[in-house]
Amino acid sequence: MTNTPAIELKNITKTFGSVVANKNVSLCVNHGEILSVLGENGSGKTTLMNMISGIYFPDEGHIFINGEEVVIRSPKDAFNNKIGMIHQHFKLVDVFSAAQNIILGLDEEKKFDVKSASAKVSEIAARYGFNIDPDKKVYEMSVSEKQTVEIIKVLYRGADILILDEPTAVLTPQETKKLFAILRKMRDDGKAIIIITHKLHEVLSLSDNVAVLRKGEYIGTVKTAETNEAELTEMMVGKKVSLNIERTEVENTCDRLVVKDLHCINREGVNVLSNVSFTARSGEILGIAGIAGSGQRELLEAIAGLQHVENGNITYIDPKTGEEENLKDKTPLQIRDMGVRLSFVPEDRLGMGLVGNMDIVDNMMLRSYRKGKTAFLQRKEPKSLADEIIERLEVVTPSANTPVRRLSGGNVQKVLVGREIASSPTVLMAAYPVRGLDINSSYTIYNLLNEQKKKGVAVIFVGEDLDVLLELCDRIMVLSGGKVSDIADARTITKEEIGLLMTKSQQEEVPENEEN
Amino acid sequence: MKKTEKLHEPVFQIAKRGSMVWYKSWAIRAVAILFALIICALFITFITKTNPLKVYASMIEGTFGSSRKIWNTLQNMALLLCISLAVTPAFKMKFWNIGAEGQTLIGGLASAACMIYFGNKVPEYMLLPMILIAAIVAGMVWGVVPAIFKAKFNTNETLFTLMMNYVAMQLVSFCIVFWENPKDSNTVGVINRGTHSGWLPEIFGQKYLLNIIIVIAITVIMYIYLKYSKQGYEISVVGESENTARYIGINVKRVIIRTMAISGALCGVAGMLLVSGTDHTINTDLVGGMGFTAIMVSWLAKFNPVFMTLTTFLIVFLERGAGEIATKMNLNESVSDILTGIILFFIIGSEFFVQYKVNFRGKHKEEVK
Repeated sequence: MTNTPAIELKNITKTFGSVVANKNVSLCVNHGEILSVLGENGSGKTTLMNMISGIYFPDEGHIFINGEEVVIRSPKDAFNNKIGMIHQHFKLVDVFSAAQNIILGLDEEKKFDVKSASAKVSEIAARYGFNIDPDKKVYEMSVSEKQTVEIIKVLYRGADILILDEPTAVLTPQETKKLFAILRKMRDDGKAIIIITHKLHEVLSLSDNVAVLRKGEYIGTVKTAETNEAELTEMMVGKKVSLNIERTEVENTCDRLVVKDLHCINREGVNVLSNVSFTARSGEILGIAGIAGSGQRELLEAIAGLQHVENGNITYIDPKTGEEENLKDKTPLQIRDMGVRLSFVPEDRLGMGLVGNMDIVDNMMLRSYRKGKTAFLQRKEPKSLADEIIERLEVVTPSANTPVRRLSGGNVQKVLVGREIASSPTVLMAAYPVRGLDINSSYTIYNLLNEQKKKGVAVIFVGEDLDVLLELCDRIMVLSGGKVSDIADARTITKEEIGLLMTKSQQEEVPENEEN
Repeated sequence: MKKTEKLHEPVFQIAKRGSMVWYKSWAIRAVAILFALIICALFITFITKTNPLKVYASMIEGTFGSSRKIWNTLQNMALLLCISLAVTPAFKMKFWNIGAEGQTLIGGLASAACMIYFGNKVPEYMLLPMILIAAIVAGMVWGVVPAIFKAKFNTNETLFTLMMNYVAMQLVSFCIVFWENPKDSNTVGVINRGTHSGWLPEIFGQKYLLNIIIVIAITVIMYIYLKYSKQGYEISVVGESENTARYIGINVKRVIIRTMAISGALCGVAGMLLVSGTDHTINTDLVGGMGFTAIMVSWLAKFNPVFMTLTTFLIVFLERGAGEIATKMNLNESVSDILTGIILFFIIGSEFFVQYKVNFRGKHKEEVK
C-alpha cells in the first residue's frame, strides 16, 4: 500500500467558459504524507480540490485512488472513496451539538444514535489529541472548535485522504500550532493530507512536499526540505519579488480621531463593542488585530456612521482649524457635510463599497454623484477619475464601462481603494484590504496605504495576517471579544504576544489594562 | 472496497457563461421564438386540422388588419406600456410592487369621480388638469402607503401592495352603487355621454392619439430619469445593494417612499388614460390584469423603457392575435391563452440559455482534440 500513492491526479483540466481554471495539473500524495498546494488567489487551488471532492467534474484527466482509476461525480462518490474535505467556510448546524453535526446526513440503517456517536467521537479525539466536548452546541463554540468538529466529521466518516482549504485563515498563531501538531499525528497514522494555503511559512513548517500552481497551471512539486521561501515565491508569482514592506518613521504626528469608551450593541442585542478607547494619529498606520468577528467591523462602521452607538464618544479633530467635531450619532452624509474627509474601504467590497452590476464610472460616482446643482448626473469627472485610476493602479479591465463584478478580486479592490483615496481623505479606514489579493496586488495596496501615511493621513488598517500587521503598522490595537486587549508599539511586540492578546477575554476575566 | 460498475461522467453539466456578445444573445432569443411558433403550429394543427400558416396570418390580420385595428393595437400598447413604465422604478429598486392593478384602478376611480361631480360645471381647460391631478394623487397614495410601512416597519411589500388591490376594487364596487346609471343596472354607463365633458379630446380626428402621445412622452422621460438623473442613480444603488446605499449616505427610506410615489402616480395617470381617455366609464374590471402583465413587460425588457416598447408590442400582438384566431376558427378563448403561454414560456426560458451553457457528455473531448 505504501508504494501506490493514496491519490494521484493526472493531467486534470477544467475550464469555466473561456477561463482556464486548471490546466494539465498532476499531483500525487502517498499515505503518511502532507502535501501543500500553494498558489495565489485565483490560481485554481480550490477548483482543483473541488474536483477531488466531487463538487466540480473535470473536463479532462484522470484521478486514481490507491492505484485504481475512479470517477468522482458527487460528494457522495468522494466520500465512498474515503476522501474528506474541510471547507474554508464551515458547514455546521448552529443549534446542534458537535456529535449531532458529525452524524448528520449519514444514512445508516440503524437509528439515529447520538450516544454511541459521542463515544466514537471521543475516541477519535483521544487518538489524535483533539480537544472536544461532543455535547457542546455549535453556537457556543469558538472558530477553532468548529473547525475541529469539521475535521472529526470527515474522520468519523472514515476518510483516509483529508483536504483542508485554508485551515489557518481564521486561527490564532497558538491555535495554528495546535492544528499542525494534530495534522502531523494524522500523517503518522497513515493518512494522506492535502492542505491549501498561500502562507509560505506554514508550508515550510508543516508539509513534506509542495505543489505550486500559478494561474491555473501546474508549475511543479518540490520537497519542502530542499526549498526556501524565496524559491517558492518565485514559483508562485513567476518572477522574483522582494517581500519587504517599507515602514517610514512617524513624523509631525497629531491626534486626528479620538474614540472614547465606545459601546455598541448589534441587532440581536449582543454586546459587540465595549469600552473601546483609542486615538488615531495623523501620519501613522494604526493596525487592528483580532480573531474575525471580534468587533472590528462594528468599530469601523460606528466611526463611519453606519452602526448605532450606545455610549461613548467619537471626536474628529480638524487638521486645519484644530476644532473638535463630534461624529457620534451622525449619518454618513452628515459627516461628509461637516467637512470631515473620512474614507472607508469596507470588508464587503461588492456588497458595500461598490455596486457589482455597475461599471467603473458609475462606481466612481457613488461618492460624488450629488455634486452639481441640476437634477442630472455628471459623468465626465467620474469618467476621467476612472481612467486615471485604471492607469495609475494598473487595473486590468476591458474598459471603464465594464461592470466591476466582472473584474478579478485584486482589480475590484484597486477600484475601491482608488476611489476612496481620490477624495484626499484625512482619515482612511481599510478593513481587510488585501483579503483574496495576489502578492503583487497586495503590495500595491500596502504602498498606497504608506503613501497616504506620508501625506499625513490617519490610517486605520484592519488586517488578519499578523506578519503584515507587524511590518506595516506603527501601532497595533488588539481586539478580543469586542474589548481592547492592548495597544502596542508594532516595532517591539512579537507575533506570539499578539496571539495571546487576541484570545485574552476568552481566557479568564483579566483586569483591564490600557497602558501604552 | 466494492468494485464499482463502470462509471460515466454526468450526462450533462451546467456552467455559467461569462459575458456574451449582444448578437449571440439575440440569436438565442430569436431561435426560441422560432421554436415557440413551431410548437404552437403543431398544437394548432393537432387541434383544428387547419394550416398553421393560415392561423399565423390571421394573427397578423387581427393586429394590423385594418386602420381601426392598428389604432386599437397602438392604444392597447400605450396603456400597457404606461403601467409597465410605472412599475419599472419600483422593480429596479427591488421593491416588489404587485399593486399596479389597484393603483391604476384607484386613479381611474378618481378620474371618474371628477368627471361625474365636476363635469359640465367646470370649464374643460380646468377640468382636465383637475382629473389628472386627482388621478395622480390617488395613485400616489396607493403606492406610498405600502412604501411607508416598508420603510418604517419593514413589512412585506408584496403582500401589502397585493392587498391594496382588493381595497381599491371594493371601493370601486361601492362607488358604482352611487353612480349607477341607469338605475339598477349595476353599471356606471358612459359618463357625460352627451357633452363629452372630462373626455380626453380627439386630435387629428383620432380619439386615441392623445393617449399615445402622452405615453411616448412618459417613455422618454422615464428613460432619461432612470439613466441620467441623480434620483434614478439612487434607485439603482438601493436596488443593487442597500448596504452600499447606506455606506454612501443615501437615505434608503426616503428613496423607497419617493420611488413608490412616482410609481403610484404614473399608475394613476394610466388610470386616467383608461377612464377619461378610453372607456369613459368605470368598473372593477377596468385594468383587466394589465397591472400584472406590466410586471412581465418590465422584467422582460430588463427595465429599459425603450426595450419595453418592444416587449409591450410582443404581448399585445400575442393577445390580440390569439383573440382573433379564437373567434375566426371558432375556438375557445382558452386556446389563445395556451398559445400565449407557450410563446412566453420559450421567451423566458431562452434567458436560461443566455446565462448558462449546457455541456453534454463526451462532447467537449472531441472539441479539444
